[in-house]
Amino acid sequence: MTPKLEEMGPALTTEAAGGPSGVRLRRTPLTWVQQGGIGRLVFLLPLLLVFGAFSWYPIVRLVLMSFQYTNLVQPPTWVGLANFSAVIHDPLFPIAVRNTAEFAGLALVFGYPIPLIAAVLISEVRSRRGLYSALAYLPVVIPPVVSVLLWKTFYDAAPNGVFNTILGWVGIGPQPWIQSQSAALPSLVLESTWANAGSTVIIYLAALTGVNRELYEAASVDGAGLWKKVWHVTLPQIRTVLLVTMILQIIGTAQVFLEPYLFTLGGPANSTLTVMLLIYDYAFGNSLGGDYGKAAALSLMLVAFLAVFSLIYLRVTRSWSNQ
Amino acid sequence: MSVFPLGRRRQRLHDASPPALVLEDDWSRPSVRWGLGTAHTVLLVLLVIIGLGPILWLAKSAITPTQDTLATPLALFPHGFAWSNLTDAWNTIDIGLYMWNTIVLAFGSLIAQIVVATTGAYALSALRPKFGGVIMALLLTTLFVPPVVLLVPLYVEIVHPPLIDHSFVNNYFAIWLPEAASAFNVVLMKRFFDNLPREIFEAARIDGCGSFRLFFSIVLPMSRPILGVVSIFAVLASWKDYLWPLLVLGNTNLQPLSVRLYAIEDFTPLGYFLAAMLITCIVPIIGFLVFQRGFLRGTGLSGALKG
Repeated sequence: MTPKLEEMGPALTTEAAGGPSGVRLRRTPLTWVQQGGIGRLVFLLPLLLVFGAFSWYPIVRLVLMSFQYTNLVQPPTWVGLANFSAVIHDPLFPIAVRNTAEFAGLALVFGYPIPLIAAVLISEVRSRRGLYSALAYLPVVIPPVVSVLLWKTFYDAAPNGVFNTILGWVGIGPQPWIQSQSAALPSLVLESTWANAGSTVIIYLAALTGVNRELYEAASVDGAGLWKKVWHVTLPQIRTVLLVTMILQIIGTAQVFLEPYLFTLGGPANSTLTVMLLIYDYAFGNSLGGDYGKAAALSLMLVAFLAVFSLIYLRVTRSWSNQ
Repeated sequence: MSVFPLGRRRQRLHDASPPALVLEDDWSRPSVRWGLGTAHTVLLVLLVIIGLGPILWLAKSAITPTQDTLATPLALFPHGFAWSNLTDAWNTIDIGLYMWNTIVLAFGSLIAQIVVATTGAYALSALRPKFGGVIMALLLTTLFVPPVVLLVPLYVEIVHPPLIDHSFVNNYFAIWLPEAASAFNVVLMKRFFDNLPREIFEAARIDGCGSFRLFFSIVLPMSRPILGVVSIFAVLASWKDYLWPLLVLGNTNLQPLSVRLYAIEDFTPLGYFLAAMLITCIVPIIGFLVFQRGFLRGTGLSGALKG
């Protein structure tokens, strides 16, 4: 997903595979025990069991299930690509894809520049910087269910709803918010930005502390003003982090579920139906029994799309980030 | 890329150092001083309104009579307080039980995550097993698979586990163990262990210290900072979790607060409901105020790791 993680992979691999130096002529169970094999196994066991059962096995199972018909009662049967074609021909599928893309796009418009501006400003605060970061981060620690249900109260469409009262102060009439087909999705994005922007601010703040002070001094000597320093020093210096947070945010919003589920259940008129919500509906929405194969097929399509998207993104931005 | 322990020292140095974008000479110019000062004041006001405002509103409304909150949501106590909301919510919604469930779930996840991350990372970093490289590569692969897409296969596995003929629905282990499969934790922990001085390990080995004693008496005590960060995020993530407990815990007596809140939304008076929401988020807020440094450092660290 990120260049550095990829670089890290092979480095760790060679390091770990090297093993303790020394010539071993024959490996018998006895030498294995003498070399601490039991200890190694005992320490590795929790990791192998937990990841095997709850990470690696479900990944394999996901792929298998997408080619099967499974209802948990009868043994699964192989159905080839039927699940995929059922998903693609589902009239809700293009709606879900469009809404998810719109959510991700709007989340970038709302949520990408604001944390950056806030972080640059906060990094220049001379006293009580901790207060600024704490206030920015506070919404992140609120459980998402509470944030969503709280904002649902704020979005009350009545003239005396919280937001409509505030709009009334500046002379704007009451808005329908999540009850209108056109305003529902942007309303969800607004809440999601409020709930998540804080951690991006903190990530940027950490990145900003790594910018070399001498570069600013050199820019000053060359007569660069404040804006020029931000544009020519700050942003280029933290560009790797900027690029990574952008792709992470896109990947994260592509899986948005909680907001549409808790606010609107995908309504009104499917205007907030997202891909994850469609997966949920396939698997758990039907009280008669889930269509797990179809859900798995759509999940797999989502992962594949995100993987391809990330690869293209990395390829396109590589020359830009590794100068 | 060495985040620990070198990065931490460097970061602390920077925390103490003055901001760099606006240098001292610029700062002495009145125009810069006023401009930036105004920008900072505006930012602070916005942060208070946006970051703290909704929570203050929730706190206010939790002790306001329902009728007042419905009629004039932004008025400050037009007809006095309703402290009874808090006790009524506690009693009628049975918050004590769900709070206890949430705490048990959070601590179980914490223990499971710490055990798996520390032992696994220690084995991969210090003991160098034969297939360590393969295991590490498999771990890193899982970082690329978003956890929500595993929802369906995981659910099927919990309902109909392979090999075992026993459903794990309504069993807390179905929540604790999948949360422990966090490659992020293992990578973070392994990176910390990799940066511990090898000389100490060697010296301990020469003194006859086996891998178990090395782990418990040397590696773990040296890892307190990273254990703190992983613990904070384990508890917070568990407290925030909604979808997985909703799917796995059908029995309402076992559900955590987050699942319960949404379920009772439609048939609970608004005043009680807001009071219940306040009680739900007061624990993480207090935790954040107490462990603020750990939260912020951990978030910056996760950015550095992803970057």
